[in-house]
Amino acid sequence: MSAELLIAIIITVVGASTPILIAALGELVVEKAGVLNLGVEGMMLIGAVTGFIVMFTTGNPWLAVLAAAIAGMLSSMIFAFLTLSLSANQTATGLALTIFGTGLSALAGQGYSARPVDLFRSVFPAELATHPVWRVIFGYSPLVYFSLIMVFAVWWFLHKTRSGLILRAVGENDLSAHSIGYSVIGIRYAAVAFGGAMAGIAGAAFPLLLTPQWAERMTAGRGWIAVALVVFASWRPFRLLAGAYLFGLVMTVELYSKAGGGILSTIPAELWAAMPYIATVVVLVLISLRRTGSTSAPACLGKPFLATN
Amino acid sequence: MTKFNRRNVLALGGAAAALPLVGGRALAQEGPLKVGFIYIGTINDNGWNYAHNQGRLYLEEQLGDAVETTYVENVPEGPDCERVLRELAQSGHNLILATSFGYGDYVIKVAQQFPDVKFEHATGYQRSENVATYNARFHEGRAVCGTIAGHLSQTGKAGYIGSFPIPEVVMGINAFALAARKINPDFTLTPVFISTWNDPAREADAARAMADQGIDVITQHTDGPAALQVAEERGLVGGFGQGADMSAFAPNAHLTAIIDNWGPHYVDAAQAVIDGTWESGDRWPGLKEGEVVIGPYNEKIPAEVVEAAEAVKNGQIDGSFNIFTGPINDHTGTERVAAGVTLTDQELLTMDWYVEGVIPPA
Amino acid sequence: MQFRLEKRPQPSRLMLYAAPILAVILTMLVGGAIFSAIGYDGPGAVREIFITPLVTSYKWQDLGIKAAPLIIIGVGLAVSYRANVWNIGAEGQYVVGGVCATGVALATYGMTGWWILPLMALAGVAGGAAYAAIPALLRTRLGVNEILTSLMLTYASVQLVYYLVRAPWKDPMGMGFPQTRIFSEAARLPTIIPGTIVHLGVPIAILVALIVWFVMARSLFGFQVRVVGAAPHAARYGGFSENRTIWLALLVSGGLAGLAGMLEVAGPFQRLVPGFPTNYGFTAIIAAFLGRLDPLGVIFASIVLAITFVGGEMAQTTIGLPAAAAGIFQAMMLFFLLAGDLLIRYRLKRVTHQPTEARA
Repeated sequence: MSAELLIAIIITVVGASTPILIAALGELVVEKAGVLNLGVEGMMLIGAVTGFIVMFTTGNPWLAVLAAAIAGMLSSMIFAFLTLSLSANQTATGLALTIFGTGLSALAGQGYSARPVDLFRSVFPAELATHPVWRVIFGYSPLVYFSLIMVFAVWWFLHKTRSGLILRAVGENDLSAHSIGYSVIGIRYAAVAFGGAMAGIAGAAFPLLLTPQWAERMTAGRGWIAVALVVFASWRPFRLLAGAYLFGLVMTVELYSKAGGGILSTIPAELWAAMPYIATVVVLVLISLRRTGSTSAPACLGKPFLATN
Repeated sequence: MTKFNRRNVLALGGAAAALPLVGGRALAQEGPLKVGFIYIGTINDNGWNYAHNQGRLYLEEQLGDAVETTYVENVPEGPDCERVLRELAQSGHNLILATSFGYGDYVIKVAQQFPDVKFEHATGYQRSENVATYNARFHEGRAVCGTIAGHLSQTGKAGYIGSFPIPEVVMGINAFALAARKINPDFTLTPVFISTWNDPAREADAARAMADQGIDVITQHTDGPAALQVAEERGLVGGFGQGADMSAFAPNAHLTAIIDNWGPHYVDAAQAVIDGTWESGDRWPGLKEGEVVIGPYNEKIPAEVVEAAEAVKNGQIDGSFNIFTGPINDHTGTERVAAGVTLTDQELLTMDWYVEGVIPPA
Repeated sequence: MQFRLEKRPQPSRLMLYAAPILAVILTMLVGGAIFSAIGYDGPGAVREIFITPLVTSYKWQDLGIKAAPLIIIGVGLAVSYRANVWNIGAEGQYVVGGVCATGVALATYGMTGWWILPLMALAGVAGGAAYAAIPALLRTRLGVNEILTSLMLTYASVQLVYYLVRAPWKDPMGMGFPQTRIFSEAARLPTIIPGTIVHLGVPIAILVALIVWFVMARSLFGFQVRVVGAAPHAARYGGFSENRTIWLALLVSGGLAGLAGMLEVAGPFQRLVPGFPTNYGFTAIIAAFLGRLDPLGVIFASIVLAITFVGGEMAQTTIGLPAAAAGIFQAMMLFFLLAGDLLIRYRLKRVTHQPTEARA
């Protein structure tokens, strides 16, 4: 394999990985606060259609990303209100949110399907990205750099700030956090809002980064891969980064090997497609076998907080 | 959709009652023919379903008040479609067009229960007294595209993004490769199957994987313009619209398009039902009948290449050229079709082998 | 005037049953208003989606066969959720059940005999239960969250179907299309009402719900499930094994999902196709909640959901409502139901301000 091909593969892998990385980072914070929001796919679709419509009408990708974040956040507030304020079941509410987002995005996107838009291209001067090696560094859309910065930001927030400590405390032991005087519900609202905004941006990455068009259900299950990824990464931001790129590699290497021939092209497509999910189950087993406390799921994950009043 | 509202019907009825001797009986029987369509995806997919819906609109335009059309979208290939078919039949639709392969079993089943309703099933092979099948010879269009690719490709490598290796797709792959190799004997075609009809991001990544490995012409058998957009972005020689003209998505890379023009067939079918001349059968028209149409050629294509493409197109229209006339070798080099022999329709419809020059997928 | 929530001393039984009805009514009102606001025929949409299928007699058979798999999967999930075991991979267990039943049907292709269908049912139940045993094993042995494992396994199972119908099980006479051959007569479910499409799966679904209801209400197992779910610590003192309950909950819900898979593949499908996974497993989660995790409630909830599916299609043909609308209505219904649950534990109380403060 030539160095040039390797670089080309890296660039495609980064593109394929970025939406799932962004969505999974949001979901990671949500789950660290003890909430399981299975509505990621629905929020991504709402973000995708919003991002597309704003890009199409204004031509401004920054505005499109911002609008997608707001739309994702608003849709996550339905989930937050039901599960946090009204203590509804999180699994059912998350699934309902996905059904809702799928339907709403399809309805909102009617009439936008045969319309092309521009991609959200690199903001660096084109001269910087002429040489292949420089292209690996400077050749990406701002969304890619955003995702990488957010990996660090989420890690720093969770592990180096007081607020992050409180958020994790809420996820590990909500009753204690409550008795010390923290607002469990308020903190979880903030986490869910962040997760919604990130899912919205991840959705917008589909028309802005991968394929500049709107198509119904265009996220095609990536939201569920993001949910798997959080587990795969055992709730750690840097593992999440590695996991996202590994999932992206698995999804992309299949296509490269089929387009270029070679030994890997003999593996059935279905096995490639099932790999991220099987890998996640295997990883779950492995981390459970090791049992080092901090690697396992947040203790309150998915359980409603019922303060005694 | 419907141009007939209740008031119109009442007015007609009133007219019939007032003039009982002047064709009253005919009027009472002749409502508009209700034609129902079921689509596997949404009418906004830019591809397959969009093209069928264009056909439906054409039917309304041509036959006007003589027809009334209805469509149901996102109908899965399974028992759900049986219900929709029955719903349409029960609500007075006398011609029902099922536009996806997986509806076949259910069309046959429901047709038994409604012997007076005519059904037409696109891309299928099961027929009965009141079930006809229809398809279009898309592979004729592929031969035109392959001719252009054979001339224009600099690397001599093309890619073909498909959903599943069903005969219709295999036929398209083979027609494309055969045509291109008539121009460039070293031409190769690499199919990549992505196991889905609608995942544009994955189509785009497949196109990127092709572009990065020296493929400079990309064609696709999935719905949507994702692959063309990548060809445009990467400045490749180009690609082709599938189902509809997609030049808006890729002004430079869009070489031409294979346009599905179902409208005339739908008009014929509806007219035949109205006239009482409808018969079951298999209709498989192509370029000649205008059901497959080659879109405008991109201005960047040299005149002599356009000429060659037109020659292939016109040869197929007047019957002097058939892309599946031997000698044809399969991908291992073994002769599958002897010189001068042409594959029959039956052989085409069960095609599960690749011609020489196709890099066979796993 | 203000309202305040006040915790009820005891959960309201009235609200337990009134909340789902309230949710459906609210969905009709709010949904109709929203669709009117964005330019569709809102009242028409509500009428077509919720009312027409119910009052059109020839649609009842459709409601029956659409509700049957939801009922079977839903009552299994109700048992599981009662035990606080969150199996959300019923879709995968349904798929594997269907695949195992297909395996029997293909192996006995061309044979006749009354034993083929029961054998397929057995294979379906065993397949579904075995697939649910993976999360059960991981949860009881390693403490792995069953929500995540059962969900991941669902997506893997769908790929299994794609592989089987494309390669080893492909119909040799199917013109290369990815599907198995049509099962022979003995491997197809008989219709029970002549002239309709109502197959044996419909009465089986009702029977399953009644049996599960009886077992849950009257047997020690049912008591154990409820105790473990409601108060795991107390259950441990009472000598009930939490692990055993987890195993039972997953095996029952997985086995029933597998049975539903067998009934679907042998009934409406009659062969395995890529479109076999139809989200029944996920919709049944909604049915379980809408039915209050009560087997009899699940029957009603499944019928309501079936109405919205069938009605959603009718609304497309009659008033040109887009397909997406039915999904929005279903999601809204669930949102309102989940919100309404609050009224079981709390009540609204009007707060009147004391007139002691000076008014400005």
